[in-house]
Amino acid sequence: MQQKPDAMISINLEKKLNTYQGKHLLKVFVEMETGNLVKISGPSGAGKTTFLKMIAGLTSPDSGKILVDDLVWTDTSANINLSPQKRKTGFVFQDYALFPNMTVQQQLEYATNDQNWIQELLAFARLEPFIKHKPSQLSGGQQQRLAILRALAIKPKVLLMDEPFSALDFKTKKTLIQELKLLLDKNSISTIIVTHNPKELEALPGKELFIGEEE
Amino acid sequence: MTDFSPIFLTLKLAVITTSILLVFGLPVAYWLSKGHSLLKVIIEAVLTMPLVLPPSVLGFYLLLAFSPQQGLGKWLLQHFDLQFVFSFEGLVLASVIYSLPFMINPVKSALQQLPQSLAHASFTMGKSERETFFYVLLPNIRASLLTASVMTFAHTLGEFGVVLMIGGNIPGITRVASIAIYNSVENMDYGTANIYSLFLFGLTFLLVMAVFIYNKYAAKT
Repeated sequence: MQQKPDAMISINLEKKLNTYQGKHLLKVFVEMETGNLVKISGPSGAGKTTFLKMIAGLTSPDSGKILVDDLVWTDTSANINLSPQKRKTGFVFQDYALFPNMTVQQQLEYATNDQNWIQELLAFARLEPFIKHKPSQLSGGQQQRLAILRALAIKPKVLLMDEPFSALDFKTKKTLIQELKLLLDKNSISTIIVTHNPKELEALPGKELFIGEEE
Repeated sequence: MTDFSPIFLTLKLAVITTSILLVFGLPVAYWLSKGHSLLKVIIEAVLTMPLVLPPSVLGFYLLLAFSPQQGLGKWLLQHFDLQFVFSFEGLVLASVIYSLPFMINPVKSALQQLPQSLAHASFTMGKSERETFFYVLLPNIRASLLTASVMTFAHTLGEFGVVLMIGGNIPGITRVASIAIYNSVENMDYGTANIYSLFLFGLTFLLVMAVFIYNKYAAKT
């Protein structure tokens, strides 16, 4: 892939994976302009989640480099690997990772002190009536919205979404994708979404990449 | 007139032991719950030994280790004026070691069962490991923490062999309820033995019942 002069986020990572399907090399190169969206698809076990975790600093690559707005997050040749706390990526986990002990409001307040931003997010996702609810008292769609809001609450440089719609029914999925599109357009957030089903993301405009296997 | 000092001493020992294990056991349980290494396997095995080792064996080695006549015990006495043999401090030390697995194992297992994504989500929000532990992990293992604390407390109430070996049977200092029961029976004073026994039976039953009720309530909510 040709390097673009206006690219603001550049990710080039390699990691040997040992999955139930055997050993393989995960090798991904992504370049994107700030505020854009990249959709990454691939079969189960290809390393999609690992790829997102490497960007977030939750796991280390064997080799590679991550540049975000000229800031080096990872550079294995220079022994640089920022902690997840310093990167502050917005991460929407496949299982949502909502804290069972916290209400909707507490989850957002744990992420940020900016009350105006919290109110704006709650209003956008129509979660205001549920601020005192804990995750177990929310529907699947509401949990998913909360997971996205919480990831956005920290105003991340990059939003990472791991199979965000896989557990939802068709109707909820369609509504949420429309809402996400509006949210991303409005806030110009650089976003990387991984999915095993690229069709479900057709409504979202963005570059498409495939993660496959390599010996 | 029944001497209630063994009961007060037992309660004091159980409260102190549980408090010490809460403070020192939680970080150890957290550390053990993360990742695998040979060192962790060895430490886990050592921490679990009190579960399977006869209490008298543990008490015997503690007696040897802290004897004021030699080695560590002599050094502690000379430099810090600390004597663990035949003292209440010795009972605390022995109880902490003996009850270690009751606090650490349930907490470690509960932490391991939490989805890793909870801690990861907290880290990506800029929160430190300490903040994550206290605000995210610990509140979500409340039931296990309560069970571990109550089991540690109840287990300390019933200790006999290890406290007898290191503490002996000194009234008001090391004679806890379980030793007082043995002492009363030896003296054919079954009435007093019964009072102490009823107390231990009633308290441990109430504690275990309270944990079961709380866990059922917690599961429903």
